[in-house]
Amino acid sequence: MSSSTDWPLWEVFVRSRRGLSHTHAGSLHAPDAEMALRNARDLYTRRSEGVSLWVVPSTEITASSPDEKDSFFEPAGDKPYRHPTFYEIPEGVKHL
Amino acid sequence: MAAVTADQTTQGTAGTAEEAEAAHLATFDAAVAADDRIEPRDWMPEAYRASLVRQMAQHAHSEIIGMQPEANWISRAPSLRRKAILMAKVQDEAGHGLYLYSAAETLGTSREELLDKLHAGRQRYSSIFNYPTLTWADVGAIGWLVDGAAITNQVPLCRCSYGPYARAMVRICKEESFHQRQGYELLLALSHGTPAQHEMAQDAVNRWWWPSLMMFGPPDDASAHSAQSMAWKIKRHSNDELRRRFVDICVPQAQVLGLSLPDPDIRWNEKLGQHDYGAIDWTEFQEVLKGNGPCNEQRLTQRRKAHEEGAWVRDAAAAYADKHSARPGTAGAAAQPVEATA
Ligand SMILES: [Fe+2]
Ligand SMILES: [Fe+2]
Repeated sequence: MSSSTDWPLWEVFVRSRRGLSHTHAGSLHAPDAEMALRNARDLYTRRSEGVSLWVVPSTEITASSPDEKDSFFEPAGDKPYRHPTFYEIPEGVKHL
Repeated sequence: MAAVTADQTTQGTAGTAEEAEAAHLATFDAAVAADDRIEPRDWMPEAYRASLVRQMAQHAHSEIIGMQPEANWISRAPSLRRKAILMAKVQDEAGHGLYLYSAAETLGTSREELLDKLHAGRQRYSSIFNYPTLTWADVGAIGWLVDGAAITNQVPLCRCSYGPYARAMVRICKEESFHQRQGYELLLALSHGTPAQHEMAQDAVNRWWWPSLMMFGPPDDASAHSAQSMAWKIKRHSNDELRRRFVDICVPQAQVLGLSLPDPDIRWNEKLGQHDYGAIDWTEFQEVLKGNGPCNEQRLTQRRKAHEEGAWVRDAAAAYADKHSARPGTAGAAAQPVEATA
């Protein structure tokens, strides 16, 4: 019998109410997807925090590397013109 | 005896299925009535699904086709600043298309199918993009009027009853704000520039004003899908209501620009607290929809060409992924997220 430490890790995403997207809540170990769902319900939604749950095997998630954070996100750094505040609009112009 | 039993069983099953359908419909109607969102795994009427696919596909196609008229000016932008801004805007429109295609895919259609239908002319995109961009000022007029009209349409869609569509619209509306402001700023600079620049700005506004009003769709009494879409809370306001709202917003903005709107009938209606405006040429709208606008052919040809010329990129990406997944120690088929919905 395998111990729980051999069980795969699952990432848990909770939709807190209808209309909002699922957001990452945390992770847990479980032997399979069904068990992961049940455990996620008991672990992350004990106070009715959610109306919908997703569990995804952690190994299926490809993440950006923290070490490369600066260079990875750098291309957006020098583009302030992507923000509306970059543009000068005369006083008093509404709905813009 | 056996036959009777079988018959009874069939009737029993049919009754249960009907009851289940009625119960589903009641849950759906209650959710819509309570301003709740419908999510992909929820039961929904087939007509609701079909209506959403039609609208979201048309919206996604519009974002993608809409890149063409403006991209036409990237290489001729008058300064590095304007060029960077225009590239960022066209890039955003590509992003908007992708948000919307993904949202449409949650309804069970594939992106390939949607693109095929666009390329075959079986799904539409907004008729506004069948007009040409003749001068640099058109980039300003598009930002101010076309993006402005799109925003007026899209803000209420952030509260659309279908969750994935509403959430995509929230993202899009946030990004649209800069599109409109850069256009307004551009026109303001031209309007206060040389007489020739001023004239160019006025000419662009003259050409884009009426097609922008048509972006809100046919008048309410001639709009095929409006009433049902409003009942389902996909749409929140009628075409004419949004069009009038847009006119009210634009009139004072045009004054600050120092440009006029090409409609002698625009005037403030004290009694209604709104602007009146002149009659729209709906024959022109119908003609453009039918494919007889100035650029319909050019836009679709360009879209098909871009798709075909991009085939090698998609093939190379797929070949790379195949090679990668064939290596030992890597996962094979992509795992589906497992979901529970209360
Ligand atoms: Fe857009
Ligand atoms: Fe835009």
